Amino acid sequence: MEFGLSEEQTLLQDSVQKFLSGEVALDRVRESTKNKNDKAIWQGLVDLGISGMLIPEAQGGVAMGTLDAAIVAEQLGHHVTPSPFISTAVIAPTILSTTSTHNDLLAAIALGESRVGIALGDSIALRHDQGVKEDKGLLSGKATFVLDTNADVFLVAAQNKSIYLVEKDQLKINNRTTIDLTRSTCELLLDNSKAELITSDESVYHQAINIGRIMLAADTLGAAQCMIDQAVSYAKEREQFGRVIASFQAVKHMCAEMTAGLEPCRAMVWYTSHAFDNLPNESEMTTCHCKAHISEIGKFVAKTSTEIHGGMGFTDLVGLHYWFKRIGFNRQLLGSPEMLRSEAAALQGLRNV
Amino acid sequence: MDLSFGEEYELFRKDLKAFIKQNRHEALGGRLKSDKTDAWQKRLIENGYTARTIPKAYGGYGATLDIVKSRIIAEEFAHAGVAGGMSNQGISMLVPTLLEVGSEEQRLKFIQGTIEGKIIWCQGYSEPGAGSDLASLRTSAVLDGDEWVVNGQKIWTSSAHIADWIFCLVRTEPEAKKHHGISFLLFKMDTPGIEIRPLVDMTGAANFNEVFFTDVRVPKDQIVGKRGAGWMVANAILGHERDMLGDPNGALSRLNSLITLARSESLNGDKLIDHPVYRDRLMKLQGRVMAMQYNDMRILSSRLNPGQDAKIARMIVKLQGTELRHDIEGLGIDMMGEFGLCYGDNPDLRDNGAWQSQYMFQLGLIIGGGTSQIQKNIISERGLDMPREPRAQQVKSQEANSQ
Repeated sequence: MEFGLSEEQTLLQDSVQKFLSGEVALDRVRESTKNKNDKAIWQGLVDLGISGMLIPEAQGGVAMGTLDAAIVAEQLGHHVTPSPFISTAVIAPTILSTTSTHNDLLAAIALGESRVGIALGDSIALRHDQGVKEDKGLLSGKATFVLDTNADVFLVAAQNKSIYLVEKDQLKINNRTTIDLTRSTCELLLDNSKAELITSDESVYHQAINIGRIMLAADTLGAAQCMIDQAVSYAKEREQFGRVIASFQAVKHMCAEMTAGLEPCRAMVWYTSHAFDNLPNESEMTTCHCKAHISEIGKFVAKTSTEIHGGMGFTDLVGLHYWFKRIGFNRQLLGSPEMLRSEAAALQGLRNV
Repeated sequence: MDLSFGEEYELFRKDLKAFIKQNRHEALGGRLKSDKTDAWQKRLIENGYTARTIPKAYGGYGATLDIVKSRIIAEEFAHAGVAGGMSNQGISMLVPTLLEVGSEEQRLKFIQGTIEGKIIWCQGYSEPGAGSDLASLRTSAVLDGDEWVVNGQKIWTSSAHIADWIFCLVRTEPEAKKHHGISFLLFKMDTPGIEIRPLVDMTGAANFNEVFFTDVRVPKDQIVGKRGAGWMVANAILGHERDMLGDPNGALSRLNSLITLARSESLNGDKLIDHPVYRDRLMKLQGRVMAMQYNDMRILSSRLNPGQDAKIARMIVKLQGTELRHDIEGLGIDMMGEFGLCYGDNPDLRDNGAWQSQYMFQLGLIIGGGTSQIQKNIISERGLDMPREPRAQQVKSQEANSQ
């Protein structure tokens, strides 16, 4: 029995960590969010082979597993890195590799030559006037909180849970700002748009959502761990009343509570990622709980670690808000904790009606 | 990542399941002495399902340590809802201590009787003035000829009223620094000069006692380890107790009872499981239980694969596990509403009052074995390398300097 990261996985973690902390430090994140341009950062990740992680070898990828992808997502969260990783490198290959018709697109993703936007959210929960409907092979409606404004092509789930590929020239893309400037999200307007049916197999749709949820949970794990690290090291330097604030129990206990909450989340992400590839019966339920639980802990860590920084935590100067907002974004996307828990209950038949 | 235990272990699990199924009608657990529980205990020892790694010479089964097998044993008895090996402070604390630091004579004298349930022990650690700061304990033992003369008071001594023996921390070197002046003594509870007063707690039961010592005379050789080394002796197995206190198997089993309760209790004609607010609270707890189970798998794995680091994962178990248990019991009461208030002989009581008494008892566990606040000190100081709180004396002199 071995429950943990393998040597190869630790190496992967180290190499991504090294690249991100060296080349994508906070200055670079600030610059990228200002220019709304993450292309250079993404190219760096493509050079590391990240874009082809989940793509079969025949299409130029390296065919790694969900846990490997989660390790990368955790690092991206840790460094609040702007990138189309979840959409292009994770969700798109999960959908496209279930058919044999889009090997070219998979190959282009692996090479870093194509970015695929993802519009799945509206099919999970409808609010306002969202939603995409299919009629005679054409799509109409509005998709919101779509990942990746800079995508070349989009995978769109209609309300029938079928997934379609839509070219950029078939839709209107409106940039939509969210609190999280490290993520590029947009709104898609479709009006009898030409669309190619990729799959009407509902299980593919669920797989795509689940793997996205795991990546968001892993991203929060990394972001929250970084916030704790920053809070602890700030507390060890900051002096008040003639001593470092890290020696006050009030501060120490806040750090201990964050650590105690977050540490089990690491094992939870490992298990959930492993379950996605190996334990199909429990994968969906575990995923719901994983993202819901980590979102709750993440919210607590985001607030508490900001407080430990005192007034500086509130400033743009320290930049802690990038992590705070990233965790907030992950919490809502692809299912809020309340929705996920309700889904988890339904999945285990916890309803008498 | 490899979550399987392998064929040998699956076979072991299969045999154990069969054993439990065949013998469950005889299973009787508990901390008290009775012929029936002793017989069940003996059966479990003979089959290697408790006292498994204790050498045969001391009455155990004599297997080499295999934590996977220990884990399977704990899991299977918990899942079956059948009493496993007897658990009391003698078995879980004194026996490992004697194996670690006791003399051969002490091991031969005490271990077999203890694991067979024939010798019941109580633990004399806490004092009214020495709780979280245990090392400041003041119960004294002074050597007089061939005997120690013990004077002082202990508190939170569970089972003192039924115990045959006590393992007790006493101060033997009053001049030494506080951690270096303590010794670990064993003595009989019927020695003259011992007075036991039951301490009724919030559950309404006397789970604990106060124990008073007045000139209690203890033979000189009933000391474990060297004079003044009692703190080390006591700490040799302290981590072990903390692991036990946050066990996620217990949380899982109570969560399952909670699900059963939610399916059976109703509110305005609807089962509680169909009530979105209660269901959400239930699911929140399930998520927390799952996180602790996976955390536990990681700890187990780090023991099997020494390269893996699970230092912080271990440190948080007592804090998270006991708080989680308390929250689980609390939701049980909330689900029942006013019926959650029933207690004692109330005929409307559900599940024999387990929700109410456990809700209170688990609060005791949050406090006992190192309070949640002490756990947070440990996590921040040893896990996150944050500085200790300055001593009151230092704070005073700092204040004087700054004035």
